[in-house]
Amino acid sequence: MINSSLKQLSQMLAKKEVSSVEMTQAFLNRIRQFNPTINAYITLDESRTLTQAKAADIRIEAGNAGPLTGIPIAQKDIFCAKSWRTTCGSKMLESFIAPYDAHVISQFDAAGAVNLGKTNMDEFAMGSSNETSYYGGVKNPWDFDRVPGGSSGGSAAAVAARLCAAATGTDTGGSIRQPASLCGFTGLKPTYGLVSRYGMIAFASSLDQAGPMAKSAEDCAMMLNVMAGFDERDSTSLNRPKEDYTRGLANMSDTQPLKGLRIGLPKEYFSEGLEANVGAVVQAAILEYKKLGAETVEISLPNTKLSIPVYYVLAPAEASSNLSRYDGVRYGHRAAEYTDLMDMYCKSRAEGFGAEVKRRILIGTYVLSAGYYDAYYLKAQQIRHLIADDFKQAFKKCDIIMGPTAPSTAFKAGEKADDPVAMYLQDVYTIATNLAGLPGMSIPAGFSNGLPVGLQLMGNYFDEARMLDVAHAYQQVTDWHTQMPDLNAPEGLE
Amino acid sequence: MEWEVVIGLETHTQLKTKTKIFSGASTEFGAEPNTQACEVSIALPGVLPVLNKKAVECAIKFGLAINAEIAPRSVFARKNYFYPDLPKGYQISQYELPVVGKGAVTIQVPAVGKNPAYEKVIHITRAHLEEDAGKSVHGAVEGMSGIDLNRAGTPLLEIVTEPDMRSAAEAVAYAKKLHELVQWIDICDGNMQEGSFRCDVNVSVRPKGTEKLGTRREIKNLNSFKFMQQAIEYETRWQIETLEDGGTIHQATVLFNPDTGETRAMRSKEEANDYRYFPDPDLLPLEVTEADRLRVKETMPELPEAMKARFEADFGLTSYDAATLTASRHIADYFVATVNAGADAKPAANWVMGAVSAKLNAEEKSIACSPISTRSLAALLKRIQDGTISNNAAKQVFEVLWAGETDVDAVIEKLGLKQVSDTGAIEAIIDEVLAQNQAMVEEFKAGKEKAFNALVGQAMKASKGKANPAQVNEILKRKLG
Repeated sequence: MINSSLKQLSQMLAKKEVSSVEMTQAFLNRIRQFNPTINAYITLDESRTLTQAKAADIRIEAGNAGPLTGIPIAQKDIFCAKSWRTTCGSKMLESFIAPYDAHVISQFDAAGAVNLGKTNMDEFAMGSSNETSYYGGVKNPWDFDRVPGGSSGGSAAAVAARLCAAATGTDTGGSIRQPASLCGFTGLKPTYGLVSRYGMIAFASSLDQAGPMAKSAEDCAMMLNVMAGFDERDSTSLNRPKEDYTRGLANMSDTQPLKGLRIGLPKEYFSEGLEANVGAVVQAAILEYKKLGAETVEISLPNTKLSIPVYYVLAPAEASSNLSRYDGVRYGHRAAEYTDLMDMYCKSRAEGFGAEVKRRILIGTYVLSAGYYDAYYLKAQQIRHLIADDFKQAFKKCDIIMGPTAPSTAFKAGEKADDPVAMYLQDVYTIATNLAGLPGMSIPAGFSNGLPVGLQLMGNYFDEARMLDVAHAYQQVTDWHTQMPDLNAPEGLE
Repeated sequence: MEWEVVIGLETHTQLKTKTKIFSGASTEFGAEPNTQACEVSIALPGVLPVLNKKAVECAIKFGLAINAEIAPRSVFARKNYFYPDLPKGYQISQYELPVVGKGAVTIQVPAVGKNPAYEKVIHITRAHLEEDAGKSVHGAVEGMSGIDLNRAGTPLLEIVTEPDMRSAAEAVAYAKKLHELVQWIDICDGNMQEGSFRCDVNVSVRPKGTEKLGTRREIKNLNSFKFMQQAIEYETRWQIETLEDGGTIHQATVLFNPDTGETRAMRSKEEANDYRYFPDPDLLPLEVTEADRLRVKETMPELPEAMKARFEADFGLTSYDAATLTASRHIADYFVATVNAGADAKPAANWVMGAVSAKLNAEEKSIACSPISTRSLAALLKRIQDGTISNNAAKQVFEVLWAGETDVDAVIEKLGLKQVSDTGAIEAIIDEVLAQNQAMVEEFKAGKEKAFNALVGQAMKASKGKANPAQVNEILKRKLG
C-alpha cells in the first residue's frame, strides 16, 4: 500500500478495501518506525490526524468523496494550519500555534485529505540541504549520511521514504525541485500565482510558490487539482478558470505520444559545474524522450549565469522585510530578559533566528539601504526582466525546456554547511524559473552511484498540464519513479 | 532684516471606509483594544494584504476635487522600521508613484486688522494611500506598555502641499479649507479629536526677497486649528530669533506642547531611520482606468467652487456671501434647503450667515445640529416678506424657535407680533399722534426733516410696535403733504 499511487489509494478507499483510518495508521506506523532516524516531521499529532481520517471515512461512506478524500498527506511546516504548531523550521516560532488555515491547508481539508503532520524544512525556507532547520537535519532516505536537499527536505524525505502518500512543498529558488532530484521523486513548482500564498509563511514574496511533491506526475496532477485556484486573499493569485490537470494523462496508448513536441536544451545547462555522471543520466532521459517522438532543439538562456547573483539580492531584500514581523512583541520568541525595547528586539531576534536567516536579513537590509538600492535592488530587478526575456525567446523555438535539476546528486551532511556560496550553487538550474515566474518540475531520471538524479522540465506560463503530460509519458515507459529506498539497509547502497 | 516664513503641510486624512485598507477588519472608532485586529492587523505569519477598493475611490474623489492628475498606475511600497505599534515591521505606503499627482486648492484668507481678506491658490504636490499604525497605550498595566492594534491598517490619504504658505493664517486657512473639502466630498469624517484629520507642518524662514529655502523643522501631529496657529507662530518666532542670535536651524521633528505654547525637538533628522522603501511584492501596482475615473466622477457632489459660482449667478449673491455659504457642505446644504423651503435667497443668505451662525458659534454647535429646521427658518422669512411681522419682531420669533418651538405662525400669534396693516386703524393712531404733537408738526413744516422720523417713532410707539412701518410712513406723508 505504501508504494501505491494516489489513484490506487483512492480506489482502495472507494472499494472499501481499506479505511482511511487504516491507511493513515499504516503511514503513522512507518513514521513511528523511521521518523526518529530520518527526522522528516517536526510536528506530529496522531489524534488530530486520526480524527480527520475518521471524518474522511464518514464522507466516503456517505458517497461524497473526492479523489483525495481519506488520503494522508504531509504538509510542509511553512503552511499555517489551525491548531497545529507551525514553526517554519525556526526557533522563532517554536511555540507558535497557528490560529488560522493557509489556503493550501483549507483546500486539502475541503478535499477531505488527512493531514499526517508538519514536515521539516530549512529555517524560513532558506537553505538547500535542510541543515538550517532549528529542528535538526533530515536524512536522505537513499543514504542516511546525505542531505535530502532543501528547503522542503522533510517533505522530500517523507515522500521518498513513503512516510506519506504525497506532500506539499514550496519553491522560492528550487526548494521543491532540488530535493525531488536528490531524493528521487516528482516535484512541481507551478507558475507564480497559480497557488495562493495566503497562510504560507513568506520568505521572498515575489518568488515563493507552493506545489506538490509526490511519487509520479499523475500524483502531482491530482495534488495540483486541489492546490491550484484563485484566492481573493492573495493579490498575486491569478483569476483564471480552474483546470483539471489529469485531463491529458490517460491518452498514452500511442507508441510515439510526444510526436511533434519540441524540447529545448539550453546549452548553459550542460556546461561547467554539472557533474558528469548527472549529465549522463539527463542525456539518457532525453534520448528516451526522442524515442517517444519528441525532437530536440538547442536553445540559449544567456543570462542564466546572472540568476544566482540576482536571486541573492532580491530574495534577501524581500526576506529582510518579511521577517521584520518577528519582533517578539505579539507572538513568537521573546528574550527572557531585556533592559528596554531595543534590547528586547535585538535579543529576541538574535536568539530566535539561525545563522543563515541572519545572513540573508543582513544582505537584504544592505541592498535596500539608501545609496545602495539603485546599484543592487534596482539593477537586479532589471536583470530579472532580461532573464524572463531569455525564456520568452526560447519558447518561440520549443514547447518545453529540459535539463538537469541540480548540478550533483545528494551531498554529504556538513559538506557545504560552512560554504554558503557552494550551497547557493545547488539552485543554479532552478532559480531562473522562479525569477521568471515560470513553472518547473523535476522527475526521477535514473541513478548515479545509487543516488537519484532528477530531470528538470520547464514550461511556459500556465503550461502545467502539458508538463505533467510530458512527464507522465516518460513515467509510462520508465520505472525510476517507482523505485524506493530500502530503509533497513541504507548504508549498503553506496 | 525682514523675514519671510515658508510653510508646507502634510495632512493625514483618515478615509471613511467601513473596513481597513488591506483587510476586512472594522475601522469603527472607540472599540475595546485589539477587538478590531484580525490576523492581517496583527501581522500573523503568512497573511497577505488585499487593497480596499473603497479607499481607492476616496483617493480618486480627492484627485478629482483638486483637479489633479490621477495616476493610471501607482505603486505600493514598504516603509521599513521597527516599532511596537507597527505589526509587520513595515508600513505599506506609496513612495515614488502616488495615486494622486499635482493639483491645487483655492483658500480664502480672512481679514486680520487692517489687512483685508484675500484669495490664494495652494498647490498640492501629491496625495498617496497608506495604512495607519496602531497605538501604544501607556499606564493601562503598571510598569508595562500595551499595544492596541485596532487602528493598525486604517486607510489614510496623505496630502502634501508645496511650500506655498507665507503665514500661520494662510496655513490655518488651507487646513480649514482642506478639512471642509474632504468632508464635502465625503471621504473623511473630519473628526480631529479622534485623529481623523492630522496635520504635520513644515516651517522654515528666510530673509524676505530671497529664493533659497531655509532649513525646515516639522511640527508633528497637530490636531486643532488653534494649536496649529499657535505652534506656527511660536516656531516662526523661535527660528527668527535663533538666526538673529547667530544660531543655525537643524532639520528636526518637533512637537507642540499646548500647555506651554512651545515647540520642542523630538528627534533630529540625522538620527532618522533609513526606511529602505521598495515596492511591496504582495500587492500589484494600482491601475486606475479612465472608466474608473468616470465612474467615481459620477458619484461626486457639486464642488464648492461650482456651487459658489452658481449662487452668484442664480441668486445674485456677492462673491463674499457665496464663498461664506460654500465654506462647508453643511452650511451650503442648510442654505439650499432653506431656499428650497420657499425663502428668498438673499434674506436666507443674510439670516444663515447672520443670526443662525452667530447663535451656533455662541453655543459651539455645528449647523448640522441647528435647533431651527430649514423649514421653520423659511416660514419665518416668508412672514417678514409678506409683511406679517417686522424684521425686529422676527428676531424675537427666532429666539423662541431656537428654544424648540416649530410653528412660526403660532409663535407670532402667541407673542402678538402681528403687524397692524389696517389703514383705518393706522390713520386713527396717526391722527391722535398729530393732534398731540403739534410742535413737531410745525417743525416739520418749517423744513426740519428729522421731525418726520420723530413722528413715525411716536406712531410706532402708540401702536406698540405693531403698525406696519411702511404704511405709517405713507399715511403720515399724505397727511402732512
